[in-house]
Amino acid sequence: MIDAIFKEEWGRVVASLVGTFRDFDLAEDAAQEAFAIAAERWPRDGVPSSPGAWLTTTARNRVIDRLRRDRAFAERAPLLLPDEPHDEEETVFDDERLELIFTCCHPALALDAQVALVLRTCGGLTTDEIAAAFLVPEATMAQRLVRAKHKIKAAGIPFRVPDDHVLPERLAAVLAVVYLIFNEGYSEREELAREAIRLGSSLAGLMPDEAEVHGLLALMLLHEARRPARLRAGEIVLLGDQDRAMWRGNVIAEGARILEHALTLGRPGVYCIQAAIAELHTQPETDWAEIAALYAELMRRTGSAVVELNRAVAVAEVEGPEAALELVDSLELDGYRYLHSTRADLLRRLGRDDEAAAEYRCALELSHQEHERRFLERRLQDVGRERP
Amino acid sequence: MKYLLLIYNEENPAAWEAMPQAEQQALIGEYRAVSALPNTLGANQLQPVATATTVRVNDGQTLATDGPFAETKEVLGGYYLVEASDLDEAIAIAAKIPAARNGGCVEVRPIVEM
Repeated sequence: MIDAIFKEEWGRVVASLVGTFRDFDLAEDAAQEAFAIAAERWPRDGVPSSPGAWLTTTARNRVIDRLRRDRAFAERAPLLLPDEPHDEEETVFDDERLELIFTCCHPALALDAQVALVLRTCGGLTTDEIAAAFLVPEATMAQRLVRAKHKIKAAGIPFRVPDDHVLPERLAAVLAVVYLIFNEGYSEREELAREAIRLGSSLAGLMPDEAEVHGLLALMLLHEARRPARLRAGEIVLLGDQDRAMWRGNVIAEGARILEHALTLGRPGVYCIQAAIAELHTQPETDWAEIAALYAELMRRTGSAVVELNRAVAVAEVEGPEAALELVDSLELDGYRYLHSTRADLLRRLGRDDEAAAEYRCALELSHQEHERRFLERRLQDVGRERP
Repeated sequence: MKYLLLIYNEENPAAWEAMPQAEQQALIGEYRAVSALPNTLGANQLQPVATATTVRVNDGQTLATDGPFAETKEVLGGYYLVEASDLDEAIAIAAKIPAARNGGCVEVRPIVEM
């Protein structure tokens, strides 16, 4: 229970401290201390009625204590110091999480730094947890965070929601970071997927009028709902072969509800379209023609060959594997493993087993994920077998 | 905060000469408009990179050599020194500099506050 409160409140506490003191390290250290005090006191004295305000006040008082001790700082910045420490729980703090996430996802920071910062400051993951999730040494991750925080300060990256004229592209950058975190957690690192959904959900609360924010949340929920069915005995299970009874029905319902709401807001973008596709895949009868049309729309907006490859999969269901193969062969995606696995599958369905086998081998060479390799190896055996 | 906006561009005097005078005037006007912003503390266009001299001092001996420090296609052609409330404001000013959209780029560097 306390853990859940910590997860929920961390970003808000850090945001409030950064908002006041403009110092990420100070904010994180003080938040950490406040959470440690809470972990000690709450089990004994009970959880305060407003845990967020309690944590924020306690953390702010810690910062103020520290700044008072550091007189050199106090002399330089007397305006930053409130007269007296606040009473816990009395004050209502502005929610500055939106400012925080826009700062962390500023385009002047490298993408890997944006991701690390968001997980650390908004999500409250520790440096070693983030390092482990991205398979880099802890020292590398620590340095990445230090550099990013230094750049925020030295380059004057603002702590605010961007002006309207740059908001669309800056919001797109925020959503891209959240979706990247989700995708990193798609197969094995479930905690990253959960973190991305948590971030997406607070963004949806903070920007209730932005269709794409809700679209992204719906998309993540609809994907996450299928997690229990995606693997069987360590092997990847394709969507069509998944045991639907294993899908999390309540999560699908929530995703569908959020998507429906997103579509009422107008201006649906790439996340709404992808969520709509994911939603169609949860229907008892898959409407492949509609899915192909949505992929065509997505293609029009992104120009991505990977999207076109996905459209080909839908086209195979509507017009047959021949038409899909023609589409796939027009794509310049050589060396992309899903091009080869998709091509392999189409050739297998056309009975061109030798060519299919060659493509499966190609995909195998490019895939390093164990559960994906098992699937490809079994398919390769199937097409390699003599036909009666 | 203060920022130096460094303008990098490919030097192409032939293209400049070939440009109709009205277009030249329009471009110069855009650069002057950035100079005239209340944020701008100083601005200068540099002579072509062929006029550059690189200086090093070794054991008290001054060594001057012809040419820029680094041989690159895009060279430093000028700069603005601006005062901006934060990086976003500096970026907005940098985006008004014609070189940024004409195939060149503008590097935004915060100045160390003493």
